[in-house]
Amino acid sequence: MATFAVIVFPGSNGDHDAYHAAKDVLGQRTEYIWHKDTDLKGADVVVLPGGFAHGDYLRCGAMARFSPIMREVTAFAERGGPVLGICNGFQVLLEAGLLPGAMLRNRSLKFQCEHVHVRVEQTDTPFTSACARGQVLRIPIAHGEGNYFADPDVIATLEANRQVIFRYTNAAGVVEDAANPNGSASAIAGLCNERRNVVGLMPHPERACEPALGSADGLAIFESVVQSLKTGALVARA
Amino acid sequence: MMDPKVLERHGLKPDEYERIVGFLGREPNLTELGIFSVMWSEHCSYKSSRVHLKTLPTGGPQVLQGPGENAGAIDIGEGLAAVFKIESHNHPSFIEPYQGAATGVGGIIRDIFTMGARPIALLNSLRFGSLDAPGTSRLLAGVVAGIAGYGNSIGIPTVGGEIAFEPSYAGNPLVNVFCLGIAKASDIIKGVASGVGNAVYYVGAKTGRDGIHGATMASAEFDETSAEKRPAVQVGDPFMEKLLLEACLEVMQTDALVGIQDMGAAGLTCSTTEMGSRGGAGVEIDVSLVPQRETGMTPYEIMLSESQERMLLVVKRGREAEVERIFDKWDLHASHIGEVTDDGVLRVKNRGEVVAEIPNRSLTDEAPVYHRPMEAPEYLAEAQRLDLDALPDAPAEKGYGPFLVALLASPTIGSKRWVYRQYDHMIRTNTLNMPGQGAGVVRIKGTDRALAMSVDGNGRYCYLDPHRGAILAVAEASRNVACAGARPLAATNCLNFGNPERPAIMWQFAKAVEGIGAACRALDVPITGGNVSLYNETDGRAIYPTPVIGIVGLLEHADRVVSRAFKKTGDAVILLGEGRGELGGSEYLKVMYDLVRGVPPAIDLVAERALQDLLVELADARLMRSAHDCSDGGLAVTLAECCFDTDGTGVEASIGGVQVSRHAGINLAAALLGESASRVVISTAPEEANAVLARAAKAGVPAALVGRVGGTTIRIAVGGADAIDASVDECERAWSTAVEQYFAKRVA
Repeated sequence: MATFAVIVFPGSNGDHDAYHAAKDVLGQRTEYIWHKDTDLKGADVVVLPGGFAHGDYLRCGAMARFSPIMREVTAFAERGGPVLGICNGFQVLLEAGLLPGAMLRNRSLKFQCEHVHVRVEQTDTPFTSACARGQVLRIPIAHGEGNYFADPDVIATLEANRQVIFRYTNAAGVVEDAANPNGSASAIAGLCNERRNVVGLMPHPERACEPALGSADGLAIFESVVQSLKTGALVARA
Repeated sequence: MMDPKVLERHGLKPDEYERIVGFLGREPNLTELGIFSVMWSEHCSYKSSRVHLKTLPTGGPQVLQGPGENAGAIDIGEGLAAVFKIESHNHPSFIEPYQGAATGVGGIIRDIFTMGARPIALLNSLRFGSLDAPGTSRLLAGVVAGIAGYGNSIGIPTVGGEIAFEPSYAGNPLVNVFCLGIAKASDIIKGVASGVGNAVYYVGAKTGRDGIHGATMASAEFDETSAEKRPAVQVGDPFMEKLLLEACLEVMQTDALVGIQDMGAAGLTCSTTEMGSRGGAGVEIDVSLVPQRETGMTPYEIMLSESQERMLLVVKRGREAEVERIFDKWDLHASHIGEVTDDGVLRVKNRGEVVAEIPNRSLTDEAPVYHRPMEAPEYLAEAQRLDLDALPDAPAEKGYGPFLVALLASPTIGSKRWVYRQYDHMIRTNTLNMPGQGAGVVRIKGTDRALAMSVDGNGRYCYLDPHRGAILAVAEASRNVACAGARPLAATNCLNFGNPERPAIMWQFAKAVEGIGAACRALDVPITGGNVSLYNETDGRAIYPTPVIGIVGLLEHADRVVSRAFKKTGDAVILLGEGRGELGGSEYLKVMYDLVRGVPPAIDLVAERALQDLLVELADARLMRSAHDCSDGGLAVTLAECCFDTDGTGVEASIGGVQVSRHAGINLAAALLGESASRVVISTAPEEANAVLARAAKAGVPAALVGRVGGTTIRIAVGGADAIDASVDECERAWSTAVEQYFAKRVA
């Protein structure tokens, strides 16, 4: 059994949902870790959940990197531990420099909550290993600032290194402008770091783990990391 | 004697001032006058409405907490309670749409967690002027962004609601917000101050000069100077509220708390007075200990400020450190500002010196109560007269498809996706029925259960007949809940009316409350709380009388939830209830003839109850694959809406004709688009249709197999002759862009 750590910033609001998915749906050991803590308590996987970490009136996720727990999360990532940033968690990873790039406001200039389709681009990360390459997942988004931006040379590097993990597509898995909900560069919905153990994505897989909620496609992302840990593909110790 | 101009600025009448002098046995000072003025404002005292509200049914075995607390609470089984309430923020939202709406959401959320419940769902009911009138789209955009900005940040899903557009709301939009939370039934916490010597704590945002006299503003009509009242609208800070929410719920896990109340309307004044009054105690505070955002604030300003995100707590003596530690964890500072006393007096000090001393009861229980004069409005007799023979006939060379499309494109009927897409409606992973259904449905984790909730109101109906209109509002909200398969349990109401000092408005109010009472009794959904918003007028023109009803219902098995859309080609389509071709007050008359006339549809509450009971029974027996009630736009619109979100699946139906006019066209329109109440379209597996019809017969509910799901068009025959044949795609396009089109140009 894997141990999930769900980091709780004071303005996290997807923490309960990530906890529920890992603990109740997947049946894994799951702990909330308060942002002022300095110990990941032996976690095998770290999840940075959605929300507005510190209110985010400045820039989404900008303050969270100063929370004490982030030093531990960074060290955990540097040791190769699997880290998943969802929505605001993705923004926190960008602000903390664990992933490259930044988020702009959605091109609609509005918060958007709806189901979208994302295509799994790479399966050699701990969070996509149970997926098939090109598999299309139907997962909701819920954000006002999910318009991924990076310099063209950064994007080129991301593509060259196969660090783009999820891309917005239509239901058939084809990239098209109408299927890009927020204007993200290269339709990027999710990324990994060079070492491939840190993954951030704007859509909310934890909200798509049960058919009663309209989709269970997000479960594959959590199942991937549980499997990766089981097969020893990952060396992770908090 | 106080200067009459000072009294007028405080919204106090000379005889009310005399009462104050009587209570105090002396002239009040200015701080005391300020305190009386907000506590005796319509908003806080319900002085015009109280005698009528007393007639509402509020009890029942399911009710754990009725009106009078921060919110109502009902028993939903397994030791759990649903805590819920609806409240208005109309006046602030007109003056500053974003902040007005945002702080409305903040206020209702505080009311819920104050009771010890974790908020899990929001709904809203909005009214605006015509969407094509100047300024409406800006107001709508601001209000929606404000609701979204606040609710999304805190992480409470907005799972449903309703919006209507009528010119009568042009100068006075309505923003009614509903929140529901879950608590252990045994852990419900109340807003009481008791236990002499217990500490009074202030927690949350600092106090500023914002919102002073907000409650008085909400008790006055608008005129051309209203825009100048902007400083009386507060600014919301959802992050602060999120901290308060989590910290307060954590404090409530201890038993160190005696009582808690949020500082909403009339801020520190109302919370200290009401908590003392409920606990039969007094409260003494020193305003110099209140955290302040601005310098040089007077006791008057501190007592009347409506700065947001503030709570007042009474903590057991000796347990202070424990409570302070929890607030520290959340980086909040709890300030010890006073004590509970035994003299029943609100005593305000400033650096030890008494600046106000008022018996609590004079501010609450003994506040003025008015039996205001009532008289039927002059417009009524004429407005109720509807001569369908005198209208030009409905030309229909191309059938009635274009009529259907026109109604679907009406912003009141059309899809509100542009709106609810901006609300996080999925967070907390409980949302079983997405917005755009009749009722929002959330499951309760850790149980098999789910709650369905709906807010409804029809100002046009209430304008034409406030009594019947109010009954129809209760029935529709309750029916929407039953359509989801949930048994309606209880109600909350938000009563939006004009100036109660005008006898015609007071008459509308009294008739509407009578109607609500009758319907709630018949459907066994007691009122557990709510809010009254009066003085909704601009330049002497009142809004349509608009009671908005929120109903909460229980599904014992969450997986038996039913939704709007047809599920499967070949399924049988059954109409429960009977159409009588009623066009009074209908969307059809409004859209096609620009007429608001006639009497609203008749309703038999016994038949309505039987219908709703049947819906719950059918859902429980898993005999319904979809259910959708007939409301605005009647049966044709309902059938069309059942086809939406199905990837273009159509329906073929045949219904009976009606004879309401000498014009053949109007008769057809009445059958298709008339708004007779107590009707629901359901679909069921074909082999189960007979079982459904048999159960309906047993329940005494008229039921008819009217068609089947399939094809790609909406085909409806009336009296055997084809009347509508419209493609689902075309209809769905009109419906889904009805609201969105007014904003299309703005989107990059």
